[in-house]
Parts: sequence; C-alpha cells; structure tokens
Amino acid sequence: MTTWPILSVTTFLPLVGALIVYLSRGDDEAAKRNSRWIALWTTLITFAVSVILVMRFDPANPDFQFVEKANWLATGITYHMGVDGISLPLVILTTAVMPFCIIASWKAITNRVREYMMAFLILETLMIGTFSALDLVLFYLFFEGGLIPMFLIIGVWGGPRRVYASFKFFLYTLLGSVLMLLAIMALYWNGGTTDIPTLMHTAVPRGLQTWAWLAFFASFAVKMPMWPVHTWLPDAHVEAPTAGSVVLAAILLKMGGYGFLRFSLPMFPLASHDFAPLVFTLSAIAIIYTSLVALMQEDMKKLIAYSSVAHMGFVTMGIFAGTMQGVAGGVFQMISHGIVSGALFLCVGVVYDRLHTREIAAYGGLVNRMPLYALTFMVFTMANVGLPGTSGFVGEFMTLLGTFKVSIPTAFFASFGVILSAAYALWLYRKVVFGALVKPSLANMKDLTFRECLTLFPMIALTILFGVYPKPVLDMSAASVQQLVNNYNSAVTAVKAAALLQ
Amino acid sequence: MNFVIAGYQLAPVLPELVLAVGAMALLMLGAFRGQGTTSTVTSLAVVLLIVVGALVYMQPAGKQVTFGGSFIVDDFARFMKILALIGSAVTLVLSTEFLSDPSRRIFEYAILVLLSTLGMMVLISAGDLISLYLGLELMSLALYVVAASNRDNAKSTEAGLKYFVLGALSSGMLLYGASLVYGFTGTVSFTGIAAAATVSNVGLVFGLVFLLVGLCFKVSAVPFHMWTPDVYEGAPTPVTAFFASAPKVAALAVFTRVTLTAFPGIVSQWQQILVFVSIASMALGSFAAIGQTNIKRLMAYSSIGHMGFALVGLASGTVEGAQGVLMYIVIYVAMTLGSFAIILAMKRNGQAVEQITDFAGLSRTNPLLAFMFAMLLFSLAGIPPLAGFFAKWYVFVAAIKANLFTLAVIGVLTSVVGAYYYLAIVKTMYFDEPAGQVDPVRIEVRTVLAVAGLFNLLFALFAGPVVSVASAAAKSLF
Repeated sequence: MTTWPILSVTTFLPLVGALIVYLSRGDDEAAKRNSRWIALWTTLITFAVSVILVMRFDPANPDFQFVEKANWLATGITYHMGVDGISLPLVILTTAVMPFCIIASWKAITNRVREYMMAFLILETLMIGTFSALDLVLFYLFFEGGLIPMFLIIGVWGGPRRVYASFKFFLYTLLGSVLMLLAIMALYWNGGTTDIPTLMHTAVPRGLQTWAWLAFFASFAVKMPMWPVHTWLPDAHVEAPTAGSVVLAAILLKMGGYGFLRFSLPMFPLASHDFAPLVFTLSAIAIIYTSLVALMQEDMKKLIAYSSVAHMGFVTMGIFAGTMQGVAGGVFQMISHGIVSGALFLCVGVVYDRLHTREIAAYGGLVNRMPLYALTFMVFTMANVGLPGTSGFVGEFMTLLGTFKVSIPTAFFASFGVILSAAYALWLYRKVVFGALVKPSLANMKDLTFRECLTLFPMIALTILFGVYPKPVLDMSAASVQQLVNNYNSAVTAVKAAALLQ
Repeated sequence: MNFVIAGYQLAPVLPELVLAVGAMALLMLGAFRGQGTTSTVTSLAVVLLIVVGALVYMQPAGKQVTFGGSFIVDDFARFMKILALIGSAVTLVLSTEFLSDPSRRIFEYAILVLLSTLGMMVLISAGDLISLYLGLELMSLALYVVAASNRDNAKSTEAGLKYFVLGALSSGMLLYGASLVYGFTGTVSFTGIAAAATVSNVGLVFGLVFLLVGLCFKVSAVPFHMWTPDVYEGAPTPVTAFFASAPKVAALAVFTRVTLTAFPGIVSQWQQILVFVSIASMALGSFAAIGQTNIKRLMAYSSIGHMGFALVGLASGTVEGAQGVLMYIVIYVAMTLGSFAIILAMKRNGQAVEQITDFAGLSRTNPLLAFMFAMLLFSLAGIPPLAGFFAKWYVFVAAIKANLFTLAVIGVLTSVVGAYYYLAIVKTMYFDEPAGQVDPVRIEVRTVLAVAGLFNLLFALFAGPVVSVASAAAKSLF
C-alpha cells in the first residue's frame, strides 16, 4: 500500500528539524524566534505524518504494520521498524505531546534557545524510534540514546539542583540498562538474531528466561519507575524545566511499560508468570507508599512526580495480570497518564512562570484571580484522582478489574490508591486554588494567556473525550493485546499441563 | 611483482621495505639539510605513511607467509597495519604545531615516529617470537625517545626515562618468557608452539605468564599500568596522542595473535589471566579516573579502562572475540584521536591548558568544540547511538557467547562507573560558567576533529561494512 517509508519519516523528521535549527545561525532575538518556529513546525508536521499512520493503520490486524527492513549490521541485526496496536498509541502520544512542549517553552526558555530546541527534537526522534524499533539493538540504540538529550535538558536548563538530578537520572537509568544489554546479547546467541518478531516466536529456555527477565526488569523498573528504584524521578522532575518534566512524565516513563509489553510478556512468558507476584507486591507498595509520600510534599512538582509513580503502579499491575482487561487497561492508563500528568506539569509551569516558585505554601486562593486556570487545573486534578468521566478512571478501573481476576489481595490494596490519590490531589488543589487570596505576591497573578490555553485546552478535550468514549484507543490496541494475552496464557498453560503430566 | 632474495618472497614485506627505506632517506635529508627541514620532513613522513598504507591495502587478500613463517601477512595483519598507519599519520599531522616552535624544531621526531611505526608493522605481522621481539623493541626504543622529545621540560624527560626503565624491565620479562616457551616447546614459531602446546605443563605456563606480562605492559593493562598516567601527563600532548593510538593497536594485535595462534591448545590457562587482567583494568580505569584533575592523566586512566574492555573480547578466545577486539580498537583509535585533537585545540593566549576546570563553559565560548567533545565523551562511556556503544557491544557479545557472565556483568557495571567521570567533563563544559575564551583552532586540528567526530557520530550508518571487514580479519586468525 505504502511506497514511502512512512514510519522512518515520522521517526527521523524531528532529526531533520534539529539539523535545520542548527543551520539557522545567530544568537540574537530573531534567531531565537526562528528556532522556536522551526521546532514548532517540525513537531506539527511530524504529528501530521503520524496521523496518516493512524488513518492507514488496520486495527483488526494484530501483527506489525508499516514494516520496514534494511540491512544494517551483519548477521541477524537489521534495521527493522514497524508498529502494532500497542506501540502506535504511544507513537501518537509522543508526536502529539511534543508541539505542546515546544509551545510551553516559548517564553520560559530564553537562553540557548537553539540548543534547547535541538535537544527536544533529537529526543523526539529517539522516543519515536524506541516505540517503533523491531530489532533489539536498534531499540537499545534509541532507548539509551534518549539519555543524552534529557541529561542536557535537565542539566543546562534545570533548577538549582540540576547537576545532582541530571547525574542521578543518567547513572540510575544507565545502570539498569546495561544489564538489559547483556540479556539482549544472551537472546542474540539463543535465537541467532535480535529481530523482535522472530524472537517472540523463539523458545527461550527456562533458566535463560529467568535471568533475562530479571535483566530486562532492572532496566524497565528503573525507567517506569517502580518502587523502590523510583528515587531518581522526583529529583529529575523537580529540577527539569517544565517541558522536560512533561516529556519525562508523558513519554519517557512509558518506555518502561512498553518494554514489559513488548519484551517481558511475549518473550519470557514463564518467567513473567513466576515473577508476577513480585511485580504485584511492588506495584501495590508503590501505589500505597508513594501516595502517602505524595501527601507529605511541599513542592508541587514533587507531589505530581510521586503520584506518577503510584499511577505507574497500576500499569505494571495490569500488565502482569496477563488478562485482556489488565493489559488493555495498562495500555490505556499509559496514554491517559501521558496526557493528564503532562497537563498537570504544564499547569505547574503556568504558575511557576509567574511566581518562580513551586512551593505549595506560596500559593492559595488563585481562583479569585485566575478562574480559567482554576477550571483547567480542576479537570486534570479530577482526572488524576480517577473521577468517572475522565480518562484516568478508565485506566485505573480496567487495570483493577484485570488484576482482580488474578490476585484479589493486590486489587484490594491497589484500590486504596484511588482513595489516597483523591486525598493528595484534592489537598493540593485546595491549598493552591481555593481559600482567600491573602498573599501579596499573588495579587497581580494574570489568568491563562492565549498561548497557555492553546496547550491546555486540547488536553482537557482529550481527557474528557477518552473518559467518556475510550473506544478509539482501546480499539486500536485490542487486536494486538488480544494476541499478546493469548500467547502468554497458552505458554503458561502449556507448562502447567506438562507439569501435571509428570 | 615477484621479488625473491635468498629464496624468500619479498612481496609480502614490500610496505615495510618502503617504509624503512623512506625513513632512511628522510633521515639523510634531515641530517644533511639541518633542522630547517623539520616541516618538510614531517610532511613527507605523512605522505610516506599514506603510501605505505596504500601498499598494505593493495596487497592481495588471503594469507601470505615469508621468511620461513616469521612474517605473516593476512587480513588481520593488514587491518591492524592500516589502523596503526592511520594513527601514526594523524598524530604526525597533529604534531605540526608542536614542531613549529623554534626551540623544538627537531626533524628526528618524524623519523622516530616512522621507525616506531615500522616496528609496529613488524610486530603485527610477527609469526614467531624472534620477529615479535624485533618489532617490539624497534617500536619501543623509538617511543622512549619520542616521549622525551620536549628536551627542556623536566616532566617530559621524566616521562621518557620512566617509560624506558619500566619498558626495558617488561621487555626483559617478555624475553625470559619467550626463552621458557622455546625451552619447553623446542620452537619459536607460533604454529610450532601451537602444535607442541596441546597440554599445559608448568614450565610452559611460566613462559606464557611472562610473555603475557610483557604484552600487558605494552597495552598498559592492570597491574602493569603504572607508567601510563605519568607518561601520558609528562609527554608533549601530540606524543601522548601517538602513544594512545598506534602503539596500542600494534600491541593489541600481537597480543591477539600470540594468544590465539600460539596458545590455542591451552586456552583455559591464559583465559583466567586475561579475565583477571581485564576486570582489574576496567575497574581501575573507572575508579581511579574519578579523582583526576588533569585531562591527559584522565585520558591515561580512560585508556587503561578501554584496554580492559578490549581484552574482554580476547578473553573469550573465540573468533567473535577477535572480531570484538578489532571493532574495539578501530573505534577506540577514532575516539582517542578525536579527544586528543580537542585537548590540543584547548589553548588560551597561546598556552595549552590541561586542567579539566579549564573546560568550564566551553559550550558557550566554542559550542562546536564542546559538542564534539561531549559526543566523544558519551561515546567513550559507551552510550548509543555513538561509536563507542558498538565497540562495547562486540566485545561483550563475545564474552556472553563464551559464557563469561561474571566478566560481562562486572564489565558493564564498571562502564557505568566510568560514565560518571565522562559525564563530569560534560557537566563542566555545559553546566558551568565559562572560564574564558579559547584561541581559534588550527586548521589541521579542526580537520582531524571533524573526521573523528563525524566517524563517531555517524558510525551507526556505516557500521555494517566495518563489521564485515573486521569479521573477515578475525576469521583469518583461525
């Protein structure tokens, strides 16, 4: 059907944009404006191209589509790209969130604008590549390559403790990933290739499954992040510039969940089954513990960061439930959290740009000066809580439902998270927005500007749309999720049957 | 072409002959015309190296042997020779500024580099212990003098002397090991040793250990690395760049050839030594570099660590391992030459600056230089999609295949530790306030930097052909 490599074009368009930004020389105001516009147009065009992907995507087909294959390294390592119903939503999420990031940085970033835009565009290429690579080495290339631009984004344009946060982010993630690299090598020798579709149909011996699962887990659990290896996230979030936090929360965290879905479950079904209780325990702890921690925060970004860890707990729980509802819910929760947490960080960015503090105590009574802001912030707070009618509800409900079938205690404890999230989110909202406006520093706060509305209103629309009508996302992923769940369950049942026969 | 002297084919040694004769001719030129010819001699030396490289490239594929098996030209040798020649030629180009100073107009410098390169080529092609020692000594003796070439500088002189004393000691050990091996196998040729050394006996293992000690010294692997930081710091920067590139290629080549072709029967004996040496090198290279403040000293520890990584490939003792070593050394040479080009480019008011703090805020004063260096540092840390990742991939993939899991796990973990100090330099360049303007970069340094930097950035695009060549070269050893 397609004659042009649409997926590669989507992936590498931002890189071309980054090159154009690089070529636009100069350091004056005009050059800064140019690089902003080039970056915005690049992300918009990339988004437009990715919309073509959606239109041409066949949701009934559970296999990889838009497949491209070319020789790369010798012997079994190829340039292989393609998307299925699990990765396509994440690709779209990436291309959709990036223009908002650029707009959100429009005024906030004033020094080294050119480098900033280049870093974001390169990061976009690497993120799209991560979700569409169908070769393990290629995947690793994109997955790890993303560390470089993010390290610079946090370190150059970040807050006061940016050096600490950027080092922690980089080294933490690298430590998890190098172990995965070794597991990739072991899989390469086991299957003679690093081609992901081939490896999904290659039997992996039980012993290797266990070790490889643990190695992949080390990487994805850090990326996700799961308790207890989540500690890099609050630091990175707090110190990163607003758009950096948005990308981190909306997309980079999803790489962990995507990794579990793409590698752990299909390639190591037995190990996934064996370790599911571990994942359940960690997820339940994450949901309850980090929610409690969120209650104690004094920094708005830190609070949202901890709530992200809790929400990601729902995703891991749903994925490893291995049921149709759990996995589909996990995918949906990732998309929903991508929109909601991204929007929440944008909301924090709005007031931070005005007052240059993120202390909750510095705010109060904003509703009197900023009614539009109060409304916007409320929608996302409610979505974060998981109020029915917002997208947050659908994901949490489905993952809980899916888990209930497999492990009632996990579902029981996880449901406390719903209550706790209401506690911290509403508490934050009350402290910041409600009450009397007594602080003199807030007297001159202006309501949302047109530019800010431009970033936030589409996200409100999506949050409510997916809350009421989640079908588009669920349909897109249904066939692929069904296939994944079937393969997983048949692999697990086969082993159980064999064990019974002995 | 069919040159025969005393019954021996000369075609395989043609590049070496050209290099030797050319070096002598240039020596005559310099000796009769005086120090004014320094720049001419240096330029002609670069041309000579390129010509020799072309001759090596044009040699027919496949294995040729001459001088009764003492001299082997196979794909592996040709690969390593071209790499060593590139390293020598580039460092000569980088030396032009150093040599342009009136007090340092020494045409002998280029001659010594040429002779040292000749030694490397003999070393790479060595087919028995005699030619190995011959090549090693020719290479090393020239290097000792080059290290001390900044005659008025106490540190440079100290570096040369230290290198000489320790180098001579290691040569002695190597010679002692060679004599033991000869004593217990009755032959000096690698194929003969391989045929005799099918079962290990204590005497042979003693010889093997001493032989390996000598080789470890040359690649600066722990625990025979002590000379490296002092020599790297003390020697003039272009010389350090030379030390870090071409001789490492030759030493690693002969290391690979000796272990894989002379002792394939007793792999288990040398494998455990190599596992220890590579773990120790990787760990020391990572941890000891953290506290360094001088960039050249840091590069010394970095190179110790990188040799450890390269030896991971060798420790697996397989054809994949040899391929890993080849890939590693290619990428390592490119990264090293690029990094040293940047260190050479760092000048304030005509004075070279070598402290890491001098790099502060480089991303604002010279963004392109900072970007290139940052990419090289990420590459040295092994972060994809840069070249350094592929280097690590190929050595560790070999280790995994050989079931050396402990080695692989320790190796990747030390690479994370190593990433810390590379990141610290990136941090200095990007996050800190500028420490002042840097001088404009000279054209030859810029050219080297551009080539090495692009190689590093775009390696993923042309990795395929490099892998196939390295694979063919590795197969020629087996």
